[in-house]
Amino acid sequence: MAVPAAGLLSACVGTAGEQQPKAEGDKTPENPLGVKEDAELEVVIFNGGLGTKYATDAHIPSYKKKFPKATVKYSAAEEISTVLQPRFASNLPPDMVNNAGSKLMDQGKLIEAGQVADLSDLFAAPSLDIAGKTVGQTLLPGTIEQGTFNGKPYLLNYAFSVFGLWYSGKLFKDNGWTAPSTWADFTALLDKMRAKGITPYAYAGANAAYYQYTVILTTAAKIGGADVLKNIDTLADNAWKAPAVKQAAELWGQIGAKYTDKSHLSLKHTEVQLQQNQAKIGFYPSGSWLENEQAKDTPAGFDYQVMPLPGNSGDKLPAAAIYAAPGEIYFVPSKGKNVNGGKEYLRHMLSKDGARKFTELTKSLTVVSGAAEGLDIAPGLTSATKMLKAAGQDIFSFRFDVQYKKLDDECRNATNELMFQGGSADKFCERMQKVADEVKKSK
Amino acid sequence: MRHGRNPFVVGFLVTPIALYTIFVAYPIAELIRISLTDWSGLSPEFTFVGLDNFGKILTDDKVWQAVQHHLLLLIALPLVTIALALLFSFLLNMGGGTRSGLATGVWGSKFYRVVFFLPQVLAVVIVGVIFGRVYGPDQSGILNSLLGRLNVEPVQFMAEWGMLSILGVLIWQAVGFYVVLFSAGMASIPGELYEAAVIDGASRVTVFFRITIPLLWETIRVAWVYLGILAFDAFALVMVMTIEQGGPDGDTSVLPVLIYKQGIRESEYGYAAALGVSLFLLTVTFAALALRAGRRDTLEH
Repeated sequence: MAVPAAGLLSACVGTAGEQQPKAEGDKTPENPLGVKEDAELEVVIFNGGLGTKYATDAHIPSYKKKFPKATVKYSAAEEISTVLQPRFASNLPPDMVNNAGSKLMDQGKLIEAGQVADLSDLFAAPSLDIAGKTVGQTLLPGTIEQGTFNGKPYLLNYAFSVFGLWYSGKLFKDNGWTAPSTWADFTALLDKMRAKGITPYAYAGANAAYYQYTVILTTAAKIGGADVLKNIDTLADNAWKAPAVKQAAELWGQIGAKYTDKSHLSLKHTEVQLQQNQAKIGFYPSGSWLENEQAKDTPAGFDYQVMPLPGNSGDKLPAAAIYAAPGEIYFVPSKGKNVNGGKEYLRHMLSKDGARKFTELTKSLTVVSGAAEGLDIAPGLTSATKMLKAAGQDIFSFRFDVQYKKLDDECRNATNELMFQGGSADKFCERMQKVADEVKKSK
Repeated sequence: MRHGRNPFVVGFLVTPIALYTIFVAYPIAELIRISLTDWSGLSPEFTFVGLDNFGKILTDDKVWQAVQHHLLLLIALPLVTIALALLFSFLLNMGGGTRSGLATGVWGSKFYRVVFFLPQVLAVVIVGVIFGRVYGPDQSGILNSLLGRLNVEPVQFMAEWGMLSILGVLIWQAVGFYVVLFSAGMASIPGELYEAAVIDGASRVTVFFRITIPLLWETIRVAWVYLGILAFDAFALVMVMTIEQGGPDGDTSVLPVLIYKQGIRESEYGYAAALGVSLFLLTVTFAALALRAGRRDTLEH
């Protein structure tokens, strides 16, 4: 086969002298991505809420089992950008990166800079352990799209999170409360909570305002349909001034003014989550990672439950509709030494076995459809799975926050202003649109 | 011997000059070069854009907001820190009056000296974390739990008084060092001067303003420049303590934090470098002005 020679040739065409030679092996049905069996593979994992055990105990052993001659160089980082940015700047990146955490690299800019490998061949390759299907065919709908930019799939968003309002099943049971599905029931329940001396609604303004803007935009999508979010993602003209966005901001602004505790503006997410565990808070918006993150602080019998955001009668989408998205980015740098190995590593993550072990170790679902079936999981995850099933096709998400950090920053500030500092829906839409226009102009 | 001496001198000079060039001059030159590009920091490619980045700075509201905060720090931080440090070091060294002709400090001054210096030994991030609890927004915060006993509603330090809260921490941490600095200065003032003043019937206040301050002037001036430079930083405290790192809504933003956000978070290393160059120019200008403005004929004793 002429593959190695072709690899050398293409290496010469690139920016001369700076590109590293690529390790490539023969493509066979057993080795569809053409991994060189003894080439070293370097993976970098973000050490955060999901931990790193899933890599060291499941995915790396799986790769090594298939390629016993290869060494896998593994490292974990809490500050991905600090560790990896210089390596990208000098074209010496590792072979697989988990870009996540508060110090993640600007993924949109990385793609623009040509640093991310196209994953088309990975998704077209046969699955490792699901017979008769390609990797792409084993994934939940929307997964590949979430990682597609300019028509090419660059990213694997691996963990599947569903987003909703979390509460303690025990607290609700003790008080005879039930999860509301309309705004009227919702605010009536918030009133009851306040009467009990519980802060009805909370989020952490100091570092997690994006949980709340996810809430506002989820309501906007329910009111006006998922296109509202699509327009925001594509920087469409006046996307932030859509009536649905404004109405959602108004609704949540009122919740902020009436049912929150202003001290939460200065607290971090773990502090607020702890208060919920201490039964001081009613509802807390978060993704399905919450239960695992709080595992150490959750008292026995707390019984995490999640519900979709309440709906209104005139809404375009049903009340069961939820924000659910593949998140947690994994990608293969295009200028690494072992690009094929990096893709193969992702293929191992996307095997049924790899995904199942991930769910076991992190209590998070993956984008591999049905991989977690029959697992004995925690109450919160069961509740989340139920919510996801009830939502059916009415699942939506946005990704402007990953693509345009500037919009993310502005939206955090605008949300805090709206919820805690006497802002208004008009002002919220106004300032978001202004920055969106700036971002569009600078493109 | 002459031909043997030159290599000797050169040998001594080469090392520091090489080190200075590699670790100081070269990075600064490189920073200036990057500030003229649109480099994203994520690949080796970039193009030169001339002074575009600096033009952008002039119209960037966030930059001017941060500059205002630096001005507040620049005025208040040296003023309050030096005033407190002078007061404390005077009390520690001479506050106890004179005993058998020698100026003595207030009772327990050796202990206070250690207490004052302690914050200086703590890493700034740890100080930030500690003050995160001091300024806690509810009854679990140290200040608010004290205020709660007086039936005062919890004060939202970081949300409503962000910059002043940061200023408080900066002062708290800096005072100790300047107490030690001024104490050393006061120790070098000859005892006879004080003795003479006391014999002439001068009060402690008169002694402080007429003798101590004039004779310490050089030290105070240096302190002013150091504290002014500190006022252009505040990075770590803002990162650790404030809402959304510089918020709410930029209320506590400072230039180093903007540089971090633009450079690392938003991957605009070119613009961040231009901000860095501006900060460098501001700091150098301040230092030059402060040294010039404070010049006064040194008093001899």
